[in-house]
Amino acid sequence: MEQLYKKEISLFKEKKDWFSFLALVGLIAVLPPFLSDRILTIFTMIGIAIVSVHGLNLLTGYCGQVSLGHVGFMAVGAYISAVLTSKSGLSFWIALPLAGLGAGVAGLIFGLPSLRIKGFYLIMSTVAAHFIVIWLVIQLHDITGGSDGLAVPKPKIGSLVFNTKAKYFYLVSFFAIISTIVAHNIARGRVGRAFIAIRDHEIAAEVMGINLWIYKLQAFFVGCVYAGVAGALLVHYFGFASVDQFPFIDSVWYLAMLIVGGMGSTFGAVVGAICLKLLDELVTIVGPILAKAFPAVAAQFAASLSLIVRGVIIAVFLIFEPRGLLHRWDLVKSYFRLWPFSTEETD
Amino acid sequence: MLFITTIYPSGMNLEGGIRLKVHDVSLSFGGVSALSDVDLILKDREILAVIGPNGAGKTALLNCISGFYKPWKGEIYFEGKKITKMRPDQIAKLGIARTFQNIGLYTGLTVFENVMAARHIYMSQNLITDAIFVGPAKSEELRHRGVVEEIIDFLELSPWRKKVVGSLPYGLRKRVELARALALEPRILLLDEPMAGMNLEEKEDIARFILEIFDGQGESYETHVLKDGIKSIILVEHDMGIVMDLAERIVVLDFGRKIAEGKPEEIRNDEKVIRAYLGED
Ligand SMILES: Nc1ncnc2c1ncn2[C@@H]1O[C@H](COP(=O)(O)OP(=O)(O)OP(=O)(O)O)[C@@H](O)[C@H]1O
Ligand SMILES: [Mg+2]
Repeated sequence: MEQLYKKEISLFKEKKDWFSFLALVGLIAVLPPFLSDRILTIFTMIGIAIVSVHGLNLLTGYCGQVSLGHVGFMAVGAYISAVLTSKSGLSFWIALPLAGLGAGVAGLIFGLPSLRIKGFYLIMSTVAAHFIVIWLVIQLHDITGGSDGLAVPKPKIGSLVFNTKAKYFYLVSFFAIISTIVAHNIARGRVGRAFIAIRDHEIAAEVMGINLWIYKLQAFFVGCVYAGVAGALLVHYFGFASVDQFPFIDSVWYLAMLIVGGMGSTFGAVVGAICLKLLDELVTIVGPILAKAFPAVAAQFAASLSLIVRGVIIAVFLIFEPRGLLHRWDLVKSYFRLWPFSTEETD
Repeated sequence: MLFITTIYPSGMNLEGGIRLKVHDVSLSFGGVSALSDVDLILKDREILAVIGPNGAGKTALLNCISGFYKPWKGEIYFEGKKITKMRPDQIAKLGIARTFQNIGLYTGLTVFENVMAARHIYMSQNLITDAIFVGPAKSEELRHRGVVEEIIDFLELSPWRKKVVGSLPYGLRKRVELARALALEPRILLLDEPMAGMNLEEKEDIARFILEIFDGQGESYETHVLKDGIKSIILVEHDMGIVMDLAERIVVLDFGRKIAEGKPEEIRNDEKVIRAYLGED
């Protein structure tokens, strides 16, 4: 029995899980020299999105507190790391955890209303959080560079500087993998269950001994720590921090990643991040081709194509597959496991 | 295998054998009175039934006890301690568990995880230890799994343990809720119509479980609450037949007031009670 429980709660249940994990790490290690800078940039952006979306998934997907301020909290982390490394000369490796912590504390502050208000009004307060953060960055011109932006040094370990696309890709991959494992661990443990309990039935959760106060705030905190780390990774990649890197609309796209991949599933969040980022790239490739085909409407069309496609995708998922791609994949998998003996869904 | 300290059993001497005392409680919603001057005592070693027509205030009373509603008048004491102003999670930690009339399960979790979530108050992991997971978090998780499996086993839910509760039929979900309440290892259990909407066979199952929970199962289980039983239960129920079989004492509510109290045979012949029930039909 004990052995069985142990297996049930381990990260890699089967040998083949270990194998897939090592294969993934191997691919990440071996591939970059063969990839173009453009592809590496795309992969790096996917990695950063994965770090960030895990935070939103813990807060919104698991704990049910919808946030439209996620990118604002990324900006908090980004500017903390940018200022500490460029102005105070701190090492990236010290600035990064501080960026996470700072964003987490900001999350705590803006999460306070969640104890009193719910649903639409809470969402509005997270929207406000975004604009307050951006406003502050611009106001604190002397420290943050305001709307002119701020040059940010590249991270380094000893004499190894992460100054090429390939090197930065390794760095981001490391954080993407660690953040996925940590998010998965939180989600399946005591704290994760408390989050889900609050999401699924707040009253029952409280009556079963869960302190709503503490756990909602923890969700905001941890969600925003992730955002802060992702924000810092982003500005250090560009070597430059500017408020334009943190547009409000991106918070909507982060929610869209959760919708596409499946709310409240760690691997769903990863799938969602990959899909939406790749979709973006697809649009930038297909856009010009379409523009050539229909020159009459070309200009506006190409500009708004990305928005339209993403909007349509979200609508389609909300209507036809509200539980996300990962759920569909599980259904398909269990179908084929039993096929042709039975096609009923089991466990 | 299961060396977990729980709030069970109480180990304290209760004054007059009274576990729970509801004193002069009144509750209203925007001028509409849901409870008026309700007095009630739950003793050690009894199943107390609370009955009454629709809208009588039975659920409101349970909500006051579990701290979810705050009465504007009166006090509630649990083992001599005033709990009227406490938060629901604090009251849960003292040893009061309940089920909901309209099922309050965590629909996205499996049967197992729903019950496991109720072990929250006995676990000590936090964000940091959970994030790392190896070491203390893992061993704690394993220990509590043992308790949860026993409870699932006891309530004969094993075939569905990995099913998401949202996909289960109504009768089973009611039983999962009972399992979740047990996992809190409470000293008193509040059941809000645990058999509502069930067929006869399912009702008999639940009635049997309630009696078994009350009696305790002895050494065949390691979990305290299964071994020693829960010795004070409040049962809210419409089905008079079942109430008469299970309860030692019955309290009758009507329009938020207590109109009768006594042994089943007294209640059966009480005129006020008959009138309240006939009036409803
Ligand atoms: N949250 C609420 N807001 C307003 N009125 C409420 C609320 N909860 C209960 N009431 C009112 O309080 C009274 C008692 O309701 P309660 O749910 O306790 O009845 P009950 O005895 O449980 O009935 P039933 O057998 O139908 O479950 C009713 O008149 C109800 O309308
Ligand atoms: Mg009721």
